[in-house]
Amino acid sequence: MKIRARAISKGVGEGPLLISDKPISFLGDVDPRTGIIINKENPLYGKKITGKVLAFPCGVGSTVGSYVMYQMRKNGTAPAAIINESAETIIIVGAIISNIPLVDSVRITELKGFKYAVVNAYEGWIEVT
Amino acid sequence: MYLTKEEEKALDGEFGEAIEKAMQILVALGEVYGADRLIKITSAHISGVSYKTIGDAGLQFLRDMARLGARVCVKTTLNPCGMDAVDWRSLGIVDEEFARNQKAIIESYKQMGVETTLTCTPYYLSNKPDFGDHIAWAESSAVVYANSVIGARTNREGAPSALAAAIVGKTPRYGYHLEENRKATEKIIVNADLEDPADFGALGIYVARLGVKVPYFILKGKAVNLRIYAKYLGAALAAEGSIAMMHIEEFTPEWDKYEHEFLDKIVIDKKDLKEIYEEKSCDAEEELVALGCPHLSKEELKALLNYKPKKPTWISIGLDMYEKNRDLVRTLEKIGYIVAKGTCFIVSPIENAFHITATNSGKASRYLPSFCKQCVILRRTDELLVSCDENTSKSNL
Repeated sequence: MKIRARAISKGVGEGPLLISDKPISFLGDVDPRTGIIINKENPLYGKKITGKVLAFPCGVGSTVGSYVMYQMRKNGTAPAAIINESAETIIIVGAIISNIPLVDSVRITELKGFKYAVVNAYEGWIEVT
Repeated sequence: MYLTKEEEKALDGEFGEAIEKAMQILVALGEVYGADRLIKITSAHISGVSYKTIGDAGLQFLRDMARLGARVCVKTTLNPCGMDAVDWRSLGIVDEEFARNQKAIIESYKQMGVETTLTCTPYYLSNKPDFGDHIAWAESSAVVYANSVIGARTNREGAPSALAAAIVGKTPRYGYHLEENRKATEKIIVNADLEDPADFGALGIYVARLGVKVPYFILKGKAVNLRIYAKYLGAALAAEGSIAMMHIEEFTPEWDKYEHEFLDKIVIDKKDLKEIYEEKSCDAEEELVALGCPHLSKEELKALLNYKPKKPTWISIGLDMYEKNRDLVRTLEKIGYIVAKGTCFIVSPIENAFHITATNSGKASRYLPSFCKQCVILRRTDELLVSCDENTSKSNL
C-alpha cells in the first residue's frame, strides 16, 4: 500500500517496519550504543531499531534527543527512516543533523499489520507491505 | 516557504556543509510551523552547554560542526556550563573527566565564534536586544524575558535551532515573531503581595499549571522590585508550562498594545501561592541553599552584602558578570557565600554532593527534583539567609 506523506528530512530509506503507538524520547528510551529500545513502557521494548523503519506518533522529552540521534548515526545504530504522525522539533532537528529520512502526516494506526516499509522523503510517500 | 536566491544556494550546499545543515534545519522547522520566509536576526543565545545535560552525544555533534567550519554570523552568547568556569575543582562536584569534556564543549562553541558568556541572563551585560528586534534565543527563561520585558521577538528555540539561526543569521518567521501571536490570551488578577523572588516564582508555577498561553498580569498587591524580579516569574512560567511570553499591566512594553478587555479572567490570591509553597517543602533540613536561578544581576549581588549564609549557600552568576565584578565577588566569598561562576545548581551535577536543597527560585524548585534528584524547599530569601542588619527590610533584597 502506498501512502502520501510530508517529506521533512530528505532521503530514501527502507527496512522492516517497527511501530510504537507511544511517543519516543531518544534521550532515555533508546540506548545509542546498541540501538535497542530500553524503556519498558514502550511497546517496542527490547527491539533493535537499527536499520529499521521506525513509526511513532511524535517525539517527546529532552531536546538532547536530537543529539542522541546524531550519536546513533555515528555509532552505526540509527534507524533507516522515521515515520511520524506529526513531527516536532526534537525529531525534525535530530533527523536532519543525522541524515535520517523523515516523513510525517501519516496515521500510525493505518500501518498496523504491515511488516516492511519504503520511505521516500524526497517525493513524500511511503510504501508498506 | 519562500527562499531568496542566496538562501537557495545556501540550502544547496554552495557555501559549505555547515551552512547547508543549518539551512536545512531552519527550512524544515519553517515548513512545519508555517513560516512564510526567513527573517534576519540581530542576535542568538544558545543553550545545551553543560556536559551533564548534552553528554557525549552533544559533544560529538558540536565538535563535528566546529570541524566542518561552522561560524556564527551574528552576536551569539552561551548558556551556563556544568561546572565552575573559573576553577572546576572549586565546587567539588565534578571529576577530571567531566571537566575535560566540559572544556571541549566550550572550546567547540568558541571555535564557532560564540561568546562564552556562560550565563542564562545574557540580557544584563553581553547580549542586549532592542525593542522589536528579531532574535533566536534558546534558554526558556531568557526567551520570556526577551519577549516580555525587552519587547524583542523570539520563539522558544532549542540548542540546535538557535545554533543554526546563529550560523545563517536568520530564523523562520512564525510564532512570536508575528504580532498576532503576541497578544494576551488570559487575564490573571493577582490579589497577593509579591515581595520576594520566591513569591514571583510560586505565582509563575501556579499560573503555568492553569494551562495559559500568554498571560496578562494585573498585580493588585505589592510587587517589590518588579524590574528585577519579573525574571523569576517568567522563568517559572517557562519551566512549568512552556510559556514564551507574558504581559504585566503598566510594566512590560507591549502591555497596552493589544486589546485585552474581553479576555477570560482568573483571580489568584494568597492561598493559591501558599499551596505551591506547601507542595515544595521537603520535610528535612536543607544541606544547600541555592540562589541565582536565573543568574543574579549586579544589584542582586550587592543586596546580598546585607546578609550572610547560615548553610552552605551557592549564588550562581554568569562568567561575564564575574569578569566585570571580581572585587564584589571576592567580598561575597569572604562573607561565606560560594559563588558558582558560569554555572548553576541545575546544570551542574550537585547530586554528587547534596540531596536536600532550599531555593528562592520557582524554576529551580521545578527542576531540582528531576534533574538533580533533590528534595526541594521553596522559601523566601530572607528565611534562607541571616540578616546582618536588623533594619534590613525585605525590600532591600
